[in-house]
Amino acid sequence: MSDTLLKVRDLKIGATVYPPGEKPHDIEIVHGVSFDLAPGKVLGLIGESGAGKSTIGLASMAYGRGGVKITGGEVWVNGRDIMKSALGDIRNLRGGEVSYVSQSAAASFNPAKKIMDQVVEAAVEHKKFSRKEAEARARELFAKLGLPDPDNIGDRYPHQVSGGQLQRCMTALALCPEPDLVVFDEPTTALDVTTQIDVLMAIKEAIADTGVAALYITHDLAVVAQVSDDIMVLRMGNTVEYGNTDQIINNPQEEYTQALVSVRSIEHEEKQPTADPVLSVDGITARYKGLNFDVLHNVNVELHPGQTLAVVGESGSGKSTLARVITGLLPPRDGEITFAGRKLSPDLKGRSLEDLRELQMIYQMADVAMNPRQTVGTIIGRPLEFYFNMRGAEKRKRIIELLDEIELGEKFIDRYPAELSGGQKQRVCIARSLAAKPKMIICDEVTSALDPLVADGILKLLLDLQKIEDVAYLFITHDLATVRAISDSIAVMYQGRVVRYGPKSQVLSPPFDDYTDLLLSSVPEMHLGWLEEVVAHRKMESAGN
Amino acid sequence: MHPIIKLVSQRLALGLLLLLGASALIFGLTEALPGDAAQAVLGQSATPEALANLREEMGLNRPALTRYFEWLGGIFQGDLGQSLTNKLDISESIGKRLGNTLFLACVAAIVSVPLAIFLGLLAVRYRNRWPDKLISAITLTTVSIPEFLIGYVVIYYISVKLGWFSSLAMVNDSMSFGQKLNAIALPAFVLTLVVLAQMMRMTRAAILNLMQSAYIETAELKGLSTFQVIARHAFPNAISPIVNVVMLNLAYLVVGVVVVEVVFVYPGMGQYLVDAVTKRDVPVVLACGVVFAAVYIGLNMVADIVSILANPRLRHPK
Repeated sequence: MSDTLLKVRDLKIGATVYPPGEKPHDIEIVHGVSFDLAPGKVLGLIGESGAGKSTIGLASMAYGRGGVKITGGEVWVNGRDIMKSALGDIRNLRGGEVSYVSQSAAASFNPAKKIMDQVVEAAVEHKKFSRKEAEARARELFAKLGLPDPDNIGDRYPHQVSGGQLQRCMTALALCPEPDLVVFDEPTTALDVTTQIDVLMAIKEAIADTGVAALYITHDLAVVAQVSDDIMVLRMGNTVEYGNTDQIINNPQEEYTQALVSVRSIEHEEKQPTADPVLSVDGITARYKGLNFDVLHNVNVELHPGQTLAVVGESGSGKSTLARVITGLLPPRDGEITFAGRKLSPDLKGRSLEDLRELQMIYQMADVAMNPRQTVGTIIGRPLEFYFNMRGAEKRKRIIELLDEIELGEKFIDRYPAELSGGQKQRVCIARSLAAKPKMIICDEVTSALDPLVADGILKLLLDLQKIEDVAYLFITHDLATVRAISDSIAVMYQGRVVRYGPKSQVLSPPFDDYTDLLLSSVPEMHLGWLEEVVAHRKMESAGN
Repeated sequence: MHPIIKLVSQRLALGLLLLLGASALIFGLTEALPGDAAQAVLGQSATPEALANLREEMGLNRPALTRYFEWLGGIFQGDLGQSLTNKLDISESIGKRLGNTLFLACVAAIVSVPLAIFLGLLAVRYRNRWPDKLISAITLTTVSIPEFLIGYVVIYYISVKLGWFSSLAMVNDSMSFGQKLNAIALPAFVLTLVVLAQMMRMTRAAILNLMQSAYIETAELKGLSTFQVIARHAFPNAISPIVNVVMLNLAYLVVGVVVVEVVFVYPGMGQYLVDAVTKRDVPVVLACGVVFAAVYIGLNMVADIVSILANPRLRHPK
């Protein structure tokens, strides 16, 4: 074996695109990337969406998603140029020498087959182990990765284990055939922060124990800093900066890397309550039809005019359900909602046009929240017609004002959503909700689907608009960095209850309750060794108990 | 109770309820037709007195609801009544003919279902390449041509020109199994051509739809061959839609064979029904209607139950 496991030279990757109304043509998505990976080492590939990081990861397995294909350069694995390999050799490479861990284990496991069958499949297929040996190795890996009941968990179907457990099963699947290299493609991105930390530690230890090399792909620099030896920063298919982890994190040379390192630089001074609350939620208890348990238990929160209340919690904590209750989509079983001094009807049908206008909503997925066949102007103009009966030149003037407010400008008025980037789409959704001149906007994970720098821009815009329009935000998120950046008061939710509530300064200062402490300490920090510190700290605490 | 048992018993109960509804509908519709059995027996020129007498004799003067429940009670005891034209017991006549129809349907199904699924898998394996296009072109052509036309074309070329099989698919009890197979070869062939396309296209579409899934990518990245990926990872998840369309076509093989049976003069349910309709033999039409409804509902129920059983989330709840 050579001392370089994976050698990539001037890798170029292209795809054929089929734009509507135009002739299909080829584009290049990766423009000549080179790197080396020694056995047992971890290289982090980092960048925003469209940087080409997943594409490069999959190219090391001679695989292209959709119509993506390698158009130039060399990829050497274990001293062989895989671009020149026969199909049979490539099949042996995939799953034998190089294996893959995807972002969503829930989607990447076959729902119709038992976990064990899927974990051992590659090892048996490539004749690395007999079925029996492979199963023994899988059970060993399950135990090493900290899965409960490692001897029997393989007999379950994917839907019978949790998301975090399934992500560890996927890691076991990748490690089972004893590969030389594992490509981890955003393996913790879809997980809650408290789960992410466990999975991250499990992956890190498994890499160290088995001596496997890894390509670790993520958009989260703080995460990659914990696991990798070297980091390559990518942007739009080009290498921005390539060096060891310490240098990239502590001494970034390029402006783009510096921006990534210092992201979340928004400073927001906490505002004091000035007037009567615009929204008060009193003793809300709610459950979904067909369920025999409550998903919200006696929730009480208030939001003051022109301020931001962040509702933070992990998946299943009930934060989105709270939004559904406030908007009237889910009438509560108990409790009431007061908005702008009047009691709101529990269900949507009973609400006046004024209620609907003053309470707007922005969603996580901007692209599915807009009609793809309407222009930006039509989308923003609709609330102007509906609530204010605006027509013609008056309407157009207001649309342009709104487009200026969201920093897009008049030239966007005739564009369709498909022509916009993710951040621009979200801006259009913001303009649409502002068009109604609301007193309050519910923002449901509005930055979660965006890249960090773009998300930052959206948060800054929301804060600026709050000053101009004096609108209150109920900001639902799982991301504590966002909470810090934008909120005046915070409600921490856990299993349908508000476990901590108050002004930002108070909620984020000790003494903490157990859950808030766990949540805060789980947010990855941008310094080396953070992961070990947290895990060691937790071990000490549990030993102390 | 295990959710599967609950769901399956729900389906069974629903099937029975549907069948009951279908029987009421069939009875009601024949009731609404102008003229009745007495009129049919005596013909248009019958005197009013003769009609009244016959109605009295046949019990047609009693309320429709009473007659419906009598008829329904008879069905539950296996008594479908008597034919008006030849006074034979309908249950007995139908039994034999249903047997013939099911035989034809089974032979057509045994050929067409595996063939359709295999062609579907093949089309996915070579999607958008010539084997896929050829399979689609041929099956779509055969499904687009009316079956009586295919029937006559087949008769003209295979039995008249080539003389390989008889154009008349007559079967009787004295024939051996092989002779029977030989007799029904042509109608079975025509039926296969008719049902092949839909099942093949559905198999192809269901599997192609799944080929976009992330778990298919996982399987490909394990280094499995394309056919292994399709057969091991895509097919098990496509069972539910495929079974549904297969059952729909099986039902068609029983219920929709009327035309093919008439073309080949095959003594099955279709012939029987057509004869009864032309002779206005209402009790036979009713009986055929109920049998067809039962087959249709039964097969669709089976499809539902197989879909439930094929869902790992239902088979293995958390």
